[in-house]
Amino acid sequence: MRTDMTRALRYLALLGYVVFLAFPLLWLLSTALKTPQEMAALDPAWIPRRPTLANFADAFGEQDLVGAALRSLVVAVATALITVALALPAAYALARHRGAAGRVAIGWVLVSQVFPVVLVIIPLFMVLRRLELVNTLAGLTVVHVTFVMPFALWMLRGYVRAVPRELEEAAAVDGAGRLRALAAVVAPLLAPGVVATLLFGFISSWNEFLFALVILKDPEVETLPLTLVRFVGPEGVARLGPLAAASLLATVPSLVFFAIIQRRLRSGLMAGAVKG
Amino acid sequence: MRRFGAVLAVAAVALAAGCGSGGGDGGDAGSGENGQPVKLRFLSLAWQKESIEANKQIVAEWNSANPKIQVEYVQGSWDNVNDQLVTSFEAGDPPDVIHDDSPALSSFASRGFLLDLTGKVPAELKNDIPQAAWDTVTFSDGKSGQGVYGVPFLQESQVLIANRKLLDGAGVRVPTPDAPWTWDEFADVAKKLTKKGAYGVAWPMKSPVNKVLNLALNFGGTFFETRDGKTTVKAGPQEREVLRRIHDQLYTDKSADPSALGMGTADPLPGFFAGKYAILPAGVYLRQQVAEQAPSGFEWVTLPPLKGVTSQQGAVSQTLSVAADSEHPDEALKFIAYFLNGPNQAKLAKGDWLLPTSTTAAKDPALTTEENGWDVATASAKNLVVAPFLKVNGYDEWKSKVATPAMQEYFADKISLDELATRLVEEGNKVLERYSR
Repeated sequence: MRTDMTRALRYLALLGYVVFLAFPLLWLLSTALKTPQEMAALDPAWIPRRPTLANFADAFGEQDLVGAALRSLVVAVATALITVALALPAAYALARHRGAAGRVAIGWVLVSQVFPVVLVIIPLFMVLRRLELVNTLAGLTVVHVTFVMPFALWMLRGYVRAVPRELEEAAAVDGAGRLRALAAVVAPLLAPGVVATLLFGFISSWNEFLFALVILKDPEVETLPLTLVRFVGPEGVARLGPLAAASLLATVPSLVFFAIIQRRLRSGLMAGAVKG
Repeated sequence: MRRFGAVLAVAAVALAAGCGSGGGDGGDAGSGENGQPVKLRFLSLAWQKESIEANKQIVAEWNSANPKIQVEYVQGSWDNVNDQLVTSFEAGDPPDVIHDDSPALSSFASRGFLLDLTGKVPAELKNDIPQAAWDTVTFSDGKSGQGVYGVPFLQESQVLIANRKLLDGAGVRVPTPDAPWTWDEFADVAKKLTKKGAYGVAWPMKSPVNKVLNLALNFGGTFFETRDGKTTVKAGPQEREVLRRIHDQLYTDKSADPSALGMGTADPLPGFFAGKYAILPAGVYLRQQVAEQAPSGFEWVTLPPLKGVTSQQGAVSQTLSVAADSEHPDEALKFIAYFLNGPNQAKLAKGDWLLPTSTTAAKDPALTTEENGWDVATASAKNLVVAPFLKVNGYDEWKSKVATPAMQEYFADKISLDELATRLVEEGNKVLERYSR
């Protein structure tokens, strides 16, 4: 009886949490489907009385939302992949070789996080300009990788340290070479960490605004955060309907990416458990 | 695993395609040599649907008529345009034609980022815009002279937007541009309109400073005075009058809703439509949201600016400027002259629900119709004079660090008017002192 009660309470708490998490998304959907009159009602309704797609038509008609979303997707996926590809070997080295140099290196990585972005943005712009990377998605990707890298390195170092060194030693005793031990023993255990870092890199890049604002100058290359802000006017006055419709679009790729990644996260965890 | 791999492969291909799509460094606006058309980049801050359409239409018409000077329309946003411009200016890669508002031009001008347009604006455009509007874009050049750093084209005045049925129900006089309400009459009306659960007026004061400073001119309040080249803050009886009257409505008459104080300009609209507030003091542009969002059958009316000693209000302008680093300043000016001609200004004003500076545009029938209060809004332009704070070096810091928090505390009834005045002056002068060194 007590077990049933506990289980019911647990499900109730879980349901509450899911509702809490889903609230912004549901509200966004509700707003995107409302007429201006309903949006300005003193008592807002959850379900639009006269649902309309006019906000979507306005948002998509005025701005190249699909193109911007595709460009954001390219930059975010590239940022996530390149960051992990570069950070993983470095994180492994820093985790396994714990000398003074490693401590200094990781300290420097942390220090690099304290510099405010505005301090570096103009010099960075000038460097990119010299490299002919201003106004290109490649330039934005380079910048995103640079700024996501330190935290990604820190995250991955933690995951590597969590893998017992003894497992590699055991693999070596069984005759596996270093690369084989890394591929067969360490990599599966690191998968959840890699996936989490990919997700972090993707979301950081997907949401990034300031660098994109400065680096991308032509409408043909602008990313989604730049497009979304077009619906906001002076003094924070916004065109809520089109903004909600466009923001809804902006959340979909993140959700899809998370859904894909999340399956990998689970399978990685299980793979790690079996190998362990 | 295969599917995951496929996603990565697609991403890699897309990256390769995407990285190549940007092209150029954004710094080359086109040379105009070898028969190639000159290319101008035009950073526009239009954001309302009709305004974007008007901007794009005018640019398209220009491009079609001027194959040798092609303009690329780039939409920016008010929220972060100055961050974007500062980095562009510092890096030497600004847009050729820049849309902004006049308060932002002062610091850009003194740092040499903008082209001085003195003597360069075609006479037809120059003469079509009154001197009062040109005064809003005339600033120090950062050395010893003055220059004109933009062409002013849209302005905003503060009007009252009212619930017509509530006004009629209370039997109050509906003011006209020739016979506006005085502040005293406004206070009486607001009291009459205040009933259980409903207030006569809502003052959204999330950003109170510009609103107060612009309205203070009704009583001759300037808040700043310059003697021997040194600017100081003043908060005497003239400056205190509007502050006191708003505070009285909130706490003495109780005809204004204190819960509206933390709101932004458009936030009280739901309450306004529901009859919770009878009158909203607002910029003329808010009429657009009222027209779009009002429930069917809701009757509203635009009322002219209030009168103190005068109906004068501080004006700032939306402007088009030319970057000092533009490689094609002459072509940029030609484009501006076309973009801001009388008929085009009328289109832009309609799109943004603001007032054109062009006297030709102001005569456009669409801007003098009674529909949506255009007649009252357009007539209010005659009360606009250059805002005194516009010329004050250090105003932005005074506003954000001193005036905004102090006024918010005063309107929340946490400090007295005397204390507010002391803070505005003493802390404000310390700020301005740094800018005069």
